[in-house]
Amino acid sequence: MAVSLPDENFTLQATGRVARRQAISRASKWVLLAASLIGVVVLIALMTDTVISGWSRISWSFFTSYPSRFADQAGLRSSFIGSIWILSLTIVFVVPIAIATAIWIEEFAPKTRLLEFVKLNLANLAGVPSIIYGVLGLAIFVRLFGWGSSIIAGSFTLFLMILPMTVIASQEAIRQVPPSLRQGSLALGATEWQTVWYHVLPGALPGIITGVILALARAAGETAALIMIGAFTFIAFDNTSIWDSFTTMPIQVYNWTVRPQEAFRQNAAAGILVLMVVVLTFNTAAAALRERFRN
Amino acid sequence: MAAAAGTRPDADLGAAISKRRFKRVGESVIKLSLVAAASVSLFTTVAIVTVLVWESIPFFQEVPVKDFLLKTDWQPLFRPVSFGVWELIAGTMNIVLWSLVMALPIGLAAAIYLSEYADPRVRRILKPLLEALASVPTVVYAYFALTFVTLDVLRPIFGDSISIFNALGASSVMAVMLIPTIASISEDAMASVPRELREGAYGLGATRLEVAFKVVLPAALSGVIASVLLAIARAVGETMIVAVAAGSTPNLTLNPLASIQTMTGYMLQVGLGDAARGSVQYRSLFAVGLSLFVITMIFNIAAQIVIKRFREEYD
Repeated sequence: MAVSLPDENFTLQATGRVARRQAISRASKWVLLAASLIGVVVLIALMTDTVISGWSRISWSFFTSYPSRFADQAGLRSSFIGSIWILSLTIVFVVPIAIATAIWIEEFAPKTRLLEFVKLNLANLAGVPSIIYGVLGLAIFVRLFGWGSSIIAGSFTLFLMILPMTVIASQEAIRQVPPSLRQGSLALGATEWQTVWYHVLPGALPGIITGVILALARAAGETAALIMIGAFTFIAFDNTSIWDSFTTMPIQVYNWTVRPQEAFRQNAAAGILVLMVVVLTFNTAAAALRERFRN
Repeated sequence: MAAAAGTRPDADLGAAISKRRFKRVGESVIKLSLVAAASVSLFTTVAIVTVLVWESIPFFQEVPVKDFLLKTDWQPLFRPVSFGVWELIAGTMNIVLWSLVMALPIGLAAAIYLSEYADPRVRRILKPLLEALASVPTVVYAYFALTFVTLDVLRPIFGDSISIFNALGASSVMAVMLIPTIASISEDAMASVPRELREGAYGLGATRLEVAFKVVLPAALSGVIASVLLAIARAVGETMIVAVAAGSTPNLTLNPLASIQTMTGYMLQVGLGDAARGSVQYRSLFAVGLSLFVITMIFNIAAQIVIKRFREEYD
């Protein structure tokens, strides 16, 4: 046996520069993890602060009171009702138009330059700042159409704003449906539309609903676009018609935030808690849906 | 059964064919309505451009384009009025600069951690948490910037040298909002870097950190650039945070401690009713809107070009 054993101190442990590089690499994991968490930690800290300052204002009367110049009597009633009106109408407009657009792009459109342009246009519209949609709504719906700062003008504005992201999400959902389903349906004699209606759409539905919910969460939190069309107003009645002037919860929060008095800041904090519950409910629902239909 | 099928085959076939034809007519109606729906987004773009250009024309008849683009003084409300848009653009650049200084390293670190380090269990928790940052309404961020960040953090640090309304408070909260944009798009790019590149580097004895920074990051660079361009577009267009926390005093400075006004901040101010309708101040809304639209468009299109290039590299 002429195998010479390495001396007793030999190990596979790296030494010198190599050891240092490995140590740095191991440490980097924790540094990067800490950095990834900064945003989340900041958000949690800020939300905690908000709960502390806003919690005492949360009560039944906070939901049943109209805005007031006395902070302790002011509530979310008219803005909550306004938000419900706006969101309900927006969803009615956005769902059919977004799904139809996505179906046309994915299933029917001839693969031409025009289609490329439509897709590029959608991606660009999704990046247009919300305040520009507000200016558009102001010029077209409020003034040109003469609808004033009404609920219908607000919902049309938000509809145009969330349309691109809803279409893009619906497109992705439709693309997930396997081509074999379409081929099977067509081979059995179904028409193109029957194939889409009975096979593609049901398969894409969970993805589409997820996209719609996420878009609605955005609309629920939108402030700038609605301020531009004139929804920064004092509303002390319950909305009953689409031609009513209105305000929404984010605008009410903005209103309370920019007042100098501490008491109104507390109202703003309480309003934020309600708004965050609404938005997080939307987002959690979307996430749960996506998780459930992952396969 | 054979008899039943054999009795009047022609009639059955005829009925089937005519039904078929009816369906085809129905289908073309459906297809037409799909095209109509798809044209809504095209009309939206046309309407945005038309409104912004059309409504800017009367403004530029009163204020020469030359003054708008070359003067550096934005003073719409007090005499002598002056409409040099650079002061507002500087305000926007101030916010973009400082929010990116904070968001870029954090967003990149998150992308690298998620793509190169995290095991699937951590990933499944961390990713939705990061994405939650993007779903917080901006008016909520605005409240954070004004109350918590400025009053509770920045004031004690900088004392009276920082105004109640300042660029830094707005930028730091904006940074939190931008983290998910940078992290998720960069991470997508890193995830599509071929495994062979990493394995080659490991085979040569590189550590995980070295693989991440010297192999994956450079290979995913165009994706990272795209994420930054999109983050810039978002920061440029963001309104509530800057309107509430950054102030309403146009200021030609990149100093983060100063009180400033951005393009969006000015537009919101007009929208809140500070200017009488039909006045030159009111019309300036559309000229500033047009500038804002053009600037965000440039960044968005640049991002899409870069992403497209990147896809071609590895697909």
